[in-house]
Amino acid sequence: MSQPAYSVIGTRPIRHDGADKVTGRALYGADFQMAGLLHGFVLRSPHAHARIKSIDTSRAEAYPGVKAVVTAADLPESSDRMVDIGEGETPLSYVRGNVLARGKALYRGHAVAAVAAASLHVAEEAARLIEVEYEPLPCVLTAPEAMLPGAPLLHEDLHTHELGEKTSTASNVSEHFRHVMGDSEAGFAEAEVIVEREFSTSTVHQGYIEPQNATALWNNDGRVLVWCSTQGSFVVRDATACVLDIPVSRVKVTPMEIGGGFGGKIPVYLEPVAALLSKKTGRPVKIVMTRKDVLEGTGPTPGSFLRVKMGAKKDGRIVAAQAYLAFEAGAYPGAMVGPAGMCVFASYDIANQTIHGYDVVVNKPSTAAYRAPGAPNAAFATESVVDELAEKLGIDPIELRLMNAAKEGTRRADGPKYRRIGCVEVLEAMKNSEHYRSPLGGPNRGRGVAIGFWFNVGLPSSCTISINADGTANLVEGSTDIGGTRTSIAMQAAEVLGIPVDRVNPTVADTDSVGFTAVTGGSRVTFATGIAAYEAAQDVVRQMRERAAKLWSVDPDTVEVDRGQYKQNGHSMSFADLAARIGETGGPVVGRAAVNPKGVGGSFAGVVVDVEVDPETGKTTILRFTSVQDAGKAIHPAYVEGQMQGGSVQGIGWALNEEYWMSKDGAMMNSSLLDYRMPTSLDLPMIDTIIVEVPNPGHPFGVRGVGEANIVPPTPAIANAVSHATGVRMTRLPMNPPAVMAAIWSKG
Amino acid sequence: MSSNVRVSTTVNGEPAEFLCEPRESLLECLRDKLNLTGAKEGCNDGNCGACTVEMDGRIVTSCLVLGVEAQGASIGTVEGLARGSALHPLQTAFLEQAALQCGICTPGFLVAAKALLDHEPDPSEDRIRFWLATTLGRCTGYDKIIRAVQQAAREMREVKA
Amino acid sequence: MHSFDYAAPDSVSAAVSLLAANPGARLLAGGTDLIVQMRAHRREPGLVVDAKRIPELSALTFDSGGGLTLGAAVACWRIYGDAQVRAVFPSLVEVASLIGGTAIQGRASIGGNLCNAAPSADATPLLIALGATCRVVGPAGERAIAAEDFCVAPGRNALADGELLVSIHIPAPRPGSGAHYLRFIPRNEMDIAVAGAGVSLTIADGVVTAARVALASVAPTPLLVPEAGQAIAGKPATEETFALAGEAAKAAAKPITDMRGTIEYRRHLCAVLTRRALTAAARQAQGVH
Repeated sequence: MSQPAYSVIGTRPIRHDGADKVTGRALYGADFQMAGLLHGFVLRSPHAHARIKSIDTSRAEAYPGVKAVVTAADLPESSDRMVDIGEGETPLSYVRGNVLARGKALYRGHAVAAVAAASLHVAEEAARLIEVEYEPLPCVLTAPEAMLPGAPLLHEDLHTHELGEKTSTASNVSEHFRHVMGDSEAGFAEAEVIVEREFSTSTVHQGYIEPQNATALWNNDGRVLVWCSTQGSFVVRDATACVLDIPVSRVKVTPMEIGGGFGGKIPVYLEPVAALLSKKTGRPVKIVMTRKDVLEGTGPTPGSFLRVKMGAKKDGRIVAAQAYLAFEAGAYPGAMVGPAGMCVFASYDIANQTIHGYDVVVNKPSTAAYRAPGAPNAAFATESVVDELAEKLGIDPIELRLMNAAKEGTRRADGPKYRRIGCVEVLEAMKNSEHYRSPLGGPNRGRGVAIGFWFNVGLPSSCTISINADGTANLVEGSTDIGGTRTSIAMQAAEVLGIPVDRVNPTVADTDSVGFTAVTGGSRVTFATGIAAYEAAQDVVRQMRERAAKLWSVDPDTVEVDRGQYKQNGHSMSFADLAARIGETGGPVVGRAAVNPKGVGGSFAGVVVDVEVDPETGKTTILRFTSVQDAGKAIHPAYVEGQMQGGSVQGIGWALNEEYWMSKDGAMMNSSLLDYRMPTSLDLPMIDTIIVEVPNPGHPFGVRGVGEANIVPPTPAIANAVSHATGVRMTRLPMNPPAVMAAIWSKG
Repeated sequence: MSSNVRVSTTVNGEPAEFLCEPRESLLECLRDKLNLTGAKEGCNDGNCGACTVEMDGRIVTSCLVLGVEAQGASIGTVEGLARGSALHPLQTAFLEQAALQCGICTPGFLVAAKALLDHEPDPSEDRIRFWLATTLGRCTGYDKIIRAVQQAAREMREVKA
Repeated sequence: MHSFDYAAPDSVSAAVSLLAANPGARLLAGGTDLIVQMRAHRREPGLVVDAKRIPELSALTFDSGGGLTLGAAVACWRIYGDAQVRAVFPSLVEVASLIGGTAIQGRASIGGNLCNAAPSADATPLLIALGATCRVVGPAGERAIAAEDFCVAPGRNALADGELLVSIHIPAPRPGSGAHYLRFIPRNEMDIAVAGAGVSLTIADGVVTAARVALASVAPTPLLVPEAGQAIAGKPATEETFALAGEAAKAAAKPITDMRGTIEYRRHLCAVLTRRALTAAARQAQGVH
């Protein structure tokens, strides 16, 4: 299919916020300063599970320099109310309970109290004077353990939703769901080769370099002003209002620059606490998490236990698949096992499937989204089993995937039928890559491949575009920019307006200044806020045609527009010339759009990876890595590559070293960036990228969100490569050196 | 409480003075007393490199330097990289190579990379990776950062030649 | 962090007086361990004494016999930045390049690494293998402590109240000798040794005449393993011989199981790392690159 020629789309302009970010001028949340600013420090539970019998703050309050202390007693009483903030309906009591523990501490690192003082050091010293009387309780740390009869219960009032029905059983299982398509037992009866294995993955963290932060001022007019680094300023507004039980109109959130999020900066932790401290002191209060707070007190992604069984005919056709998924939600329900259940076989066209999912609370931090949440865990299992099937069948692993690949019209077990998707194209690109066709070379080496799927979401976005007399445009949007989306959104407006992108000046506005815009997440910003910018720019074009028509005294419908040139029967004017005359043709031109797009695409990604395993130490070295992804249409190809490379390396870290190393009593033993071991530049080769473009019919330029699918295939691809290098199938993440060595030893 | 100490130092070539408690880090002093917030706090224990600055010609993690130790020292931060309105070649290369996404690690990488190129104008890819392993990034997978440093090194050598 | 006082004396005697008068005071060299420990409330000294304005602690000098005296506060970068050290003690240069990352090496010192007395200290096994001695000065005068006797327990060294480490002396390498330190870490930088082996050996006519092996991270302190050296003295300098030293190191190791590795894995690594480090040291000794 030939694609339209674009002027701006597909180019690689320098980002609008670039100069600020290379000179150190860009202001992130922790950089915020204000006269009279106080510093807050949060006291956290040292126990993974404990009843809070009493909290005595008197010594802290009396400490010189301390201005206020707050605990859960300063929050409104909780009710059964459900709230929708960011990622679906949640009981308000859970949101509040996670902000400041009430009654029980449910994980080590759970916020219990907070102090505001003139200096951070004084606040920390005072926090150590708060006397909390705990009654330690037995803790449960994994899903299988927490599901056992008689396991210690985190929430006495948590009753299992069993296949859609609320039961009366108090349990750590908040939900059990099932997706069924066809008859998997009959499918297995028909299968000639069957592989079934159990897998587990450790809790891992998004690992953004900037800790959570928030500054709040409970102003004398009753409004709460918040400055913070967040993936969704409206989520912070709404969540803060809910937690404090005040109207959303009383909260204004100004998003500062954000230093990474990957899903982890959607929940609120500090904003309501800073607001409470501000209310008590009448002064602005800033709280910045320590790295230990980040690892122990914010939401990582779930650890999981999975069992996957797949059966195929000798010709390679996969005829049946079953999955059992038990995910650790952490302290409160919401383990992202739902998306895992949708994604576990999403890359394949399999007639007979049964999928069981369990959302299980454990005494670890309440989990949050992390780049395609749930899908990497699921793909680790499925893609390992597919790899083993390929081995047993004697079929090339990419060929086997191609034979069974999902296509337009394929139905997933959770219901939806795919529209146009790029699964086959991604596999073809992997197969035809120079990497896959090159020899592996050398002993102790292995090559692995895997594919994976992740959605886009739509959700609301708002945008306005104001035209300046010098032919430029000011674009205001509400999606906080984590990776260059100001520019990828401005590019879409520039394409419509027919002007260079450096003539569009994008701004991410506060919640008072732009219409509601959902989170930067779900691979949605370039897609959905892009559509908002596209529509707002179309609105500008409509108005500019009217202005041209007025100048030429013609019918606006007869004015044609071609790449920023306005024409009518011999008349012709550039966008810039027309902009210079908007004053005399009726005044300001402001385009606006508020959208909630439904034409989401979804993206497939694949990995080819070569590894070498030191047979004496078990250490895996990534020799070569190729990431392939369907971008629909790459608006800014360098940013698409950047997403692919970043997701790939997070996947490499997840595969090889990252994990929450928990003591038996629920303490994270490696809560520092020294011991959490994210990859450094020295641990990696260049990350090669192949962008596949199968346009999404639901976006005017064909965009598919690219932020997430790229993290899905790395872990199984590396597991498959390590398995081929060592001859041992790796079924647990991370595959760190001691684990690989133990596997090699077990082989004898 | 220990009393404040007066510290006289040089920051980005200009004399600078501040009062600090001995327990305050150089990072805190730069950010809170001199309003130089380009250096970031990512871990406060020397393991992320977001607070990297130059001190007497060597890179250090400013979270692991006491403010009082800056007495008489010469400090270089990301704010001192550009010469007036002209960006440093590394800054330009980071923009052209799209070597930043969220940008929080960028100041640390720029300061560290500048120190490398000041000492070694033609480092190998492996040498760049080794040198920059002191700084963690989470968005980019480092690929475009390495390429940006290679580009800047090339351009700086050409200017010298 | 707790509140403390700071002093920056300019002589060893002034530092000794300050340390003696302030029990619990800590010496600050690069601060890359001390500041982290204070921030985590693991150490809360009332006085921090900056070592870096004392000339002897910041000096790096070679004596006429070719031995190196390394001031306790000399930062790692000065070691690999010194042409003579690079020529005479390549193993020291390697260790200085793998402590922390390059920004840590802008501050961290070998003396500090030793005084911090972590079982996992990277420099200490090499200092032991090189036969280094520590010059210590205190209220009662001066004494020398062998590197292998300097650490006494995790986080505890042999310094008495009021004493400080002034410098480390490393004897000139003998002809036909080589040394090497090898550690195992899951990442390639910025990591703590799961196990490490520092070795030195002398080879004459293809035969090992003497060898010293010391281990990191497999005992409460860095561990000299005399049996490993004895196992290979008089034997041909081959990989098979070095494997014998590896087995002796493995037998001597007394590791624990923790998040960095199991007992079994760490003991196994001792054998592998000792063999590999001796192989590398032998190449150096025999002038093979």
